[in-house]
Amino acid sequence: MTEVFTSVGRSIPRLEARDKVTGRTEYVHHLRLPRMLYGKIFRSAYPHARIKSVDKSAAEAIEGVFRVVTIDDIRTVIPHPYYGPAFHDQPILADGKTRFSGEPLAVVLAEDPSIAEEAAGLITVEYEEIPAVFDEVEAMTSDVLVHDELKPASTFADLKHLKGRKGTNIALDHKLLRGDPEAGFAKSDFVFEHVFRSQQVMHTPMEPFVSVADVTGDRMTLHTASQGPSFVRIEIARLLGWPENRVRVKVPFLGGGFGGKLYIKLEALVTALSLLVRRPVKISLTMEEQFFMVTRHPCTFRIKSGVNKDGKIIARTCDIAWNGGAYADIGPRVTQKAGFTSAGPYDIENVRIRSSAVYTNRPPAGALRGFGAPQTAWAYERHMDMIAEEMGLDKVEFRRQNLLRDGRPQASGTILVDAAIEKSLDKLLDIMKWNQPFDRGSGRIRRGRGIAVGFKGITSPTTSVAIVNLYADGSCGLFIGTVDMGQGSDTVMAQIAGEVLGFDPTTIKVIHSDTDVTPYDMGTLGSRSTFHMGTAVRLAAEDAKKKLAELAASVGMVPGSNQPISEIFERRYGMRAGNVIGVGSFIPEYQKPDPETGQSLKVTPFWGVGTNGAEVEVDMETCQFTVTKLVNVADIGRPLNPKLALQQLSGAGIMQYGFTTTENMIFKEGQLTNASLADYKIPGLLDMPREWINEFTDSIQHDGPFGGKGAGETTTIALSPAIGNAIADATGVQLMDLPCTAESIFQALKRAKA
Amino acid sequence: MSDIRTIRFTLNGTKVSKVVEAHETVVDVLTRKFDLSGTRESCRQGLCGCCTIYVDSNPVSSCLMLAWFLDGTDVRTIEGLADGDTLDPVQEAFIEAGAFQCGFCTSGFIMMVKHLLSENPDPSDEEIRHRLAGNLCRCSAYPEIMDAVKIAAAKARSVAKARP
Repeated sequence: MTEVFTSVGRSIPRLEARDKVTGRTEYVHHLRLPRMLYGKIFRSAYPHARIKSVDKSAAEAIEGVFRVVTIDDIRTVIPHPYYGPAFHDQPILADGKTRFSGEPLAVVLAEDPSIAEEAAGLITVEYEEIPAVFDEVEAMTSDVLVHDELKPASTFADLKHLKGRKGTNIALDHKLLRGDPEAGFAKSDFVFEHVFRSQQVMHTPMEPFVSVADVTGDRMTLHTASQGPSFVRIEIARLLGWPENRVRVKVPFLGGGFGGKLYIKLEALVTALSLLVRRPVKISLTMEEQFFMVTRHPCTFRIKSGVNKDGKIIARTCDIAWNGGAYADIGPRVTQKAGFTSAGPYDIENVRIRSSAVYTNRPPAGALRGFGAPQTAWAYERHMDMIAEEMGLDKVEFRRQNLLRDGRPQASGTILVDAAIEKSLDKLLDIMKWNQPFDRGSGRIRRGRGIAVGFKGITSPTTSVAIVNLYADGSCGLFIGTVDMGQGSDTVMAQIAGEVLGFDPTTIKVIHSDTDVTPYDMGTLGSRSTFHMGTAVRLAAEDAKKKLAELAASVGMVPGSNQPISEIFERRYGMRAGNVIGVGSFIPEYQKPDPETGQSLKVTPFWGVGTNGAEVEVDMETCQFTVTKLVNVADIGRPLNPKLALQQLSGAGIMQYGFTTTENMIFKEGQLTNASLADYKIPGLLDMPREWINEFTDSIQHDGPFGGKGAGETTTIALSPAIGNAIADATGVQLMDLPCTAESIFQALKRAKA
Repeated sequence: MSDIRTIRFTLNGTKVSKVVEAHETVVDVLTRKFDLSGTRESCRQGLCGCCTIYVDSNPVSSCLMLAWFLDGTDVRTIEGLADGDTLDPVQEAFIEAGAFQCGFCTSGFIMMVKHLLSENPDPSDEEIRHRLAGNLCRCSAYPEIMDAVKIAAAKARSVAKARP
């Protein structure tokens, strides 16, 4: 029987659409408070150096400068000024030494931001350079130590054993073992081994990072462009040694986030500054400064597979080094979560994975749309094509033969459920017209096509809590900590509540994050909101509905009658008064993976699944290439708002297209050389592939709210290898490193000729 | 820190004056001195289009223009596009096509699209892409933005046809 829905499943426009086209949307970007000071950050000039002395005098002499602050000042208000979600390793300002070029070292405060900026330029520092390490593989065995001692946070139980460890840059080693890979290689007919690399890229939200802290009395209020207000409150309370109820975190809309604005970023700094001067303090980064805030992990991935003559993969090992930069941020989680799926969506009996988070003297890396999965898929899906090529196997059939299917254990031991991998592949092939002849061209212009299959696990276990408040006039407020940063969560959550309550979703008011009033949510990240918060909202709405029916019954009204809701309140309270409050709380089932083998019966609440296909044209003389067609197919369960869901698939795909073809943070001796939109090229309208197709599979996530699950990352996972595979098909040369550029094709052709 | 001057100009149809410093940019002044939040500084280099406004009917990156030069001009921002509660057809088209996600770049895109259509009521795909090449959307609502331009163009043409 087909379920009939009135609210979910419809492509209603975003609730805030009108504000967005009239320029009235509320962002922290333009927030100003009375007596507010602007902070401008002075940044270190060396990737690894001891700070001998800081001369603030010239900056302080500028008229209008309120104060110049270094770590010594910060310590007077926060005695232990180190923060981070996984490790308490990041100082609020550089402390004794600088660990990457561009690290915040001092702040100038002034009422006029131009004065703060001018004065920041006058600070001088005497450094003593020390040897630095930039490459993740080198850092694993280097004598150069980024941190003298590891300082894991207590937040993650599985990091406790690392406390106090010295003499290493490896922040976390994630291990997985299934079967006996060495024995598997020994009995395989062929063994293939390749090394792939992904480059450092950056989120580049159009609203750069911005936070405002305002201390009044015994309370700290933060207005911040954050994807995780609950975590901000927890971490700020910890730093201050205050109870959480004295810290208030408010988040309006975000001008993009993409994983960057997670955990704790500028919040610790503005909190300390506001405490120091007892005034509101705002710091807004420039586009250039964003490159020094957080980035995506570069990664080196050595992958080895044992394959039988018939194409069956017998064993696979994955050794991955993640370049986390100077501070761990959430890197250890990336290492783990992307680690356990790094053997790809294949049914392989013998698997060993070693995934390591490594410190280097680069800007920190953290979460970015896909949470490491795209870097792993670049390796495992290029590897699949290269194996098929060498063995003369059909690239689709080779995959199909080894594909993971529902009911089978993934490498972690968790059984695959509701993961439409093969369905997604079939749909992709259909749209690509894969079975039809393909003109590869001849002479100067060559054409090629490629496909790739990707999947990812979801961060677990995480909690979401929602409150549905029915007011006495019958209107509804939905209180959630999910942050709408463009994905349309306000709209979809209102649709879920509307479905349960029988309300028109456009009449439901979504109350944005304010930790004084909105309940806990782990964070808007990793495709978790629709599934986790969506379920909490469904439960909250069901709770409210039940309580409303009880209230109706208590005043002799028939629940579900046509009488308006306000009538129930009027009868109960003698006037329009009172509330009905429904609460929903959700945490999925989870089993912690075994620390040695990574085995778990439930490692992820659901699976993200996406397939991608590309057609390219390469000019063999100039090596310039054009992606003429890109197709993305995703399994997102039932799309709760098909139009918004398709936009997520499309937007994520275009972002990944930038990471595949143009975006690359280029360093020279630890100095970033292209921290500007002029030199770091994100996709624009002229870069769009000629044909751009996004589809979802006809799927249902059986335990998701109304069959739905996350959609924000799936098209990113395997888009890069689809393009890399198409380029190999066109040119006959294999690109091992991202990004794919004319230059890298030229170099590969040159090597092939030599 | 620098010289000050009083500038007088027309802002969204209203005559205004303001004391500004020599180094202040137009986007600074609109944001901090007129409390207009629709024009946004993002890249600060004239590369992203988020801060696009019209000065004497020409689109300008307001992060690259010093406020002194506004003296005597006619300035229009996103806030001046709708006629009371009636949205401009381009704004309507953006809603219809769902041509935004986070919305931060949207003002700039709408200003640029409106300008394009005023010069060319029926632009080709190629013309649209080229004209909007200086506007960046990191959420990448590009396919929907293309749709919005076409919807807006059709709306404008039908309005033009309806006129006697």
